[in-house]
Amino acid sequence: MAIGSENLFKEEATEEKGERARMASFIGAIAIADLVKTTLGPKGMDKILQSTGRGNSVTVTNDGATILKSLHIDNPAARVLVDISKVQDDEVGDGTTSVVVLAGELLREAEKLIAKNIHPMTIIDGYRMAAECARAALEKRARDNKADPVKFREDLLNIAMTTLSSKILAQDKLHFANLAVDAVLRLKGSGNLEAIQIIKKAGGSLKDSFLDEGFILDKKIGIGQPKRVENAKILVANTAMDTDKIKIYGARVRVDSMAKIGEIEAAEKSKMRQKVEKIIGHGINCFVNRQLIYNFPEELFADAGILAIEHADFDGIERLALVTGGEIASTFDNPESVRLGHCKLIEEIMIGEDKLIHFSGVDLGQACTIILRGASSHVLDEAERSLHDALCVLQQTVGDSRVVLGGGWPEVLMARHVDELARKTPGKKSLAIESYATALRAIPTIIADNSGLDSAELVAQLRAEHAKEDSTAGIDVILGAVGNVEKLGIFESFKVKQAVLLSATEAAEMILRVDDIIKCAPRQREDRM
Amino acid sequence: MALAFDEFGRPFIIIREQEQKARVRGIEAQKANIMAAKAVARILRTSLGPKGMDKMLQSPDGDVTISNDGATILEQMDVDNQIGKLMVELSRSQDYEIGDGTTGVVVTAGALLEQAELLLDRGIHPIRIAEGYEMASKIAVEHLSNIATKFEFSSTNIEPLVQTCMTTLSSKIVSRCKRKLAEIAVKAVLAVADLERRDVNLDLIKVEGKVGGKLEDTELIEGIIVDKDMSHPQMPKRIENAKIAILTCPFEPPKPKTKHKVDIDTVEKFESLREQERKYFDEMVQLCKDAGATLVICQWGFDDEANHLLMNRGLPAVRWVGGVELELIAIATALLVITGGRIVPRFQELTPDKLGNAGLVREKSFGTTKDRMLYIEQCSNSRAVTIFIRGGNKMIIEETKRSIHDALCVARNLIRNNAIVYGGGSAEISMSLVVDAAADKIPGVEQYAMRAFAEALDAVPMALAENSGLQPIDTLTAVKAQQVKEKNPHLGIDCNNVGTNDMKEQNVFETLIGKQQQILLATQVVKMILKIDDVITPSSY
Repeated sequence: MAIGSENLFKEEATEEKGERARMASFIGAIAIADLVKTTLGPKGMDKILQSTGRGNSVTVTNDGATILKSLHIDNPAARVLVDISKVQDDEVGDGTTSVVVLAGELLREAEKLIAKNIHPMTIIDGYRMAAECARAALEKRARDNKADPVKFREDLLNIAMTTLSSKILAQDKLHFANLAVDAVLRLKGSGNLEAIQIIKKAGGSLKDSFLDEGFILDKKIGIGQPKRVENAKILVANTAMDTDKIKIYGARVRVDSMAKIGEIEAAEKSKMRQKVEKIIGHGINCFVNRQLIYNFPEELFADAGILAIEHADFDGIERLALVTGGEIASTFDNPESVRLGHCKLIEEIMIGEDKLIHFSGVDLGQACTIILRGASSHVLDEAERSLHDALCVLQQTVGDSRVVLGGGWPEVLMARHVDELARKTPGKKSLAIESYATALRAIPTIIADNSGLDSAELVAQLRAEHAKEDSTAGIDVILGAVGNVEKLGIFESFKVKQAVLLSATEAAEMILRVDDIIKCAPRQREDRM
Repeated sequence: MALAFDEFGRPFIIIREQEQKARVRGIEAQKANIMAAKAVARILRTSLGPKGMDKMLQSPDGDVTISNDGATILEQMDVDNQIGKLMVELSRSQDYEIGDGTTGVVVTAGALLEQAELLLDRGIHPIRIAEGYEMASKIAVEHLSNIATKFEFSSTNIEPLVQTCMTTLSSKIVSRCKRKLAEIAVKAVLAVADLERRDVNLDLIKVEGKVGGKLEDTELIEGIIVDKDMSHPQMPKRIENAKIAILTCPFEPPKPKTKHKVDIDTVEKFESLREQERKYFDEMVQLCKDAGATLVICQWGFDDEANHLLMNRGLPAVRWVGGVELELIAIATALLVITGGRIVPRFQELTPDKLGNAGLVREKSFGTTKDRMLYIEQCSNSRAVTIFIRGGNKMIIEETKRSIHDALCVARNLIRNNAIVYGGGSAEISMSLVVDAAADKIPGVEQYAMRAFAEALDAVPMALAENSGLQPIDTLTAVKAQQVKEKNPHLGIDCNNVGTNDMKEQNVFETLIGKQQQILLATQVVKMILKIDDVITPSSY
């Protein structure tokens, strides 16, 4: 019989209820967490991702968000984790792996509790209390050195080094940490990462990467135009330099003889000439346009001795405008009111094999360019991602300057406070709170495991150390022992840690609350062969 | 095959291709329908109450929604069965009308049908059952207004409203900061409420969400947020005492509706066309400037040239703002008098008194990506507000949006009609007792149906108890006995283990109209389903 409860849903739609649903989401979420687990920490391993698209391009990465983004996932609970990692990336830029691993550990512990017949809602209650307690404990121990610029810079440098130490840049982390800190400090707290440009050029070694205080545009200078302009006055524009389209609706040109065509063409040319003259009338010696510049106007510019750069991409234009202090112009009738950009020197430089245009001595010192060099495009891509992470974390730290120690210190500290809370809490909730502490301790365990150390021994020692007030003990991966992380200079941003804690708890809670999974029938796609 | 003969004696077919259609009739059909409806109710049953669980739904495109809201779950479930669809409709109409109680209504309907099935087995005619239900529902609804209490609040004393909204929010994932969200919802509703007319236009409350931050960062903004940024990256990011020109015409040369062509055949014409074009842009910007605007908000796009002109003349502008948002901005920035905050369709009609006023307009950026939003605050008329939700991920935001919507609806209903009944299943138990007592006085078969109705009403408190991990039958019978003994209709299920089951003390209430609507809608749908005795479905090809 076609009508009945079996056929409530469309064909191919599936429903999983109760225990099965919970199990499906636990398995999915934990599988995702286990997948990225091995990338955690300074000795974490990388993953190779091969895309299914054309060319089967390969990415080698250590970045949690990048790995998860490239996965095709069917399990809805796993999707939740991928989602939080993405948000973590957008919001604070780093900790994308930690958040997934912590959520996975929380769920792993919850699974055990559910096996003991504890209601998910009780677990959620306990987790919430534990998360709040952990956050408060961490906040209490966070330090703020904003008042002292020298110390603050040191903090930033330490944070950058900590972030970079788990990436491909670990070898030259001091070099890159300095790069990143310099770049972020130049922003003077504006937090606008767009002003930092990263240019990748294959060749050389990672060590050859450098920070340039000016601005570099990956374009070529037009033929016959000056290759070097001093005291440049720059007009940044977004206008058509081929032929102006007629914008009045319904207008068209109708001619009845060849002679007329000639006339119109001449008129068009003179129009362009006028436009160029107007532009030159601004008293500039450099003109940068977002759109194409055709041969004819280019020639006119060359005649006037003006450096004309065409087809700078949109970001480039915005950044250039930001750096030189000029405005992006599209009309040229009022030369006196258009703000021009200035810089001391424009010249063509060579990096490796490529010619680039270099603007130095710019008005607003905010922007800068980081040029990454490296052996292959994979290395460069990964270096860029790592640097991006570091820049994001630094930017966040400039905004909220509180820092905490790293190297498993925060987790063990929080676990200790959460444990204390569990002891004080009556009822079944305390079991959940205890599990939360266990989940927190899993993070240093994984870091130690990934480094090939005896994790059980180390974490137990660490735990003992932390029984004392004001302990600064963490894992020293290099020596393979418990060490003073403060002396080792392993610092992390408070904001990142807090975001990891809260998002992971939120995600775990969301997955725990589910007792029914309904999958709709996948939309039919026509196979395009 | 159903055959008939026309006046010439030729046979023709009334229902074609019978063998390819699935057809169920009579008692079979009713049983099958009830089965389907029960299946839908069963899915929602575990979502009821403060300890209810969520459902995870994966859409055909693979997007995941996690929700506790009955209407949302059913909507996304992709139900194929006709009766299932009826239940979806039922929950949706409760959502439209009341906005809350979408799960309860489906559970009640499911329970009513379950009881009806038993009666059908005893050979009672479906129509008689339907009639009995109808009578019972009348008694129940009347009883509800008897036990309802008026509930006092004023714009200064919002505490009772907040409490009610908290009841609604406590069953959602956002229960962690229900106090804060409830306050936000109540303040938002009061800001736009017309207390004299007892009416609230929820359209004036914009709920906007942005991923990132945490739930606690959710805030109420007395103004409008637009998910747009300034059209030119170098326009000022902060404007104080803004005079806003709200335009629905693009910054482009006019496009007359009449089909036309401008033919150009001489150089002079070509030149004049260019001149005209330049003048258009110039004029448009000048008109805005002349009217005294310091900010232009436009529904359409700008030409690059216009964009630069605006920038050049120091006139910040926002483009591609949606129609609904435009209206909200207009309302928010309007003065109570006729002037200010008008949507202007033509540049020529722009006058100083049509400009909107806002104390502060600022652009705010979020996170590490290029995410910016425009805040329009301190508007001259604070009757349009925005609730800005932050949360760890997209699903949390979406679920918070739905929860806030529910809370807003509850607050609105209370302003419309301030009668409340107590929650936690107490109203259902009380109704069940009354209907049961009334049944004895009715002669005829309907008596059975009314008893069944009373039984069915117990389903909600039963589900509440079950979801909270209590012994359902024990708890229900205990509360029922207590209600009879103490003659106190406020006793319900103690879901949160507070220690008392007096809902008055626990401050758990629901709106009277919401509850009444639940009973009426559920009864109606059940009647409809019972009356069906023939289901014909086209064959699946």
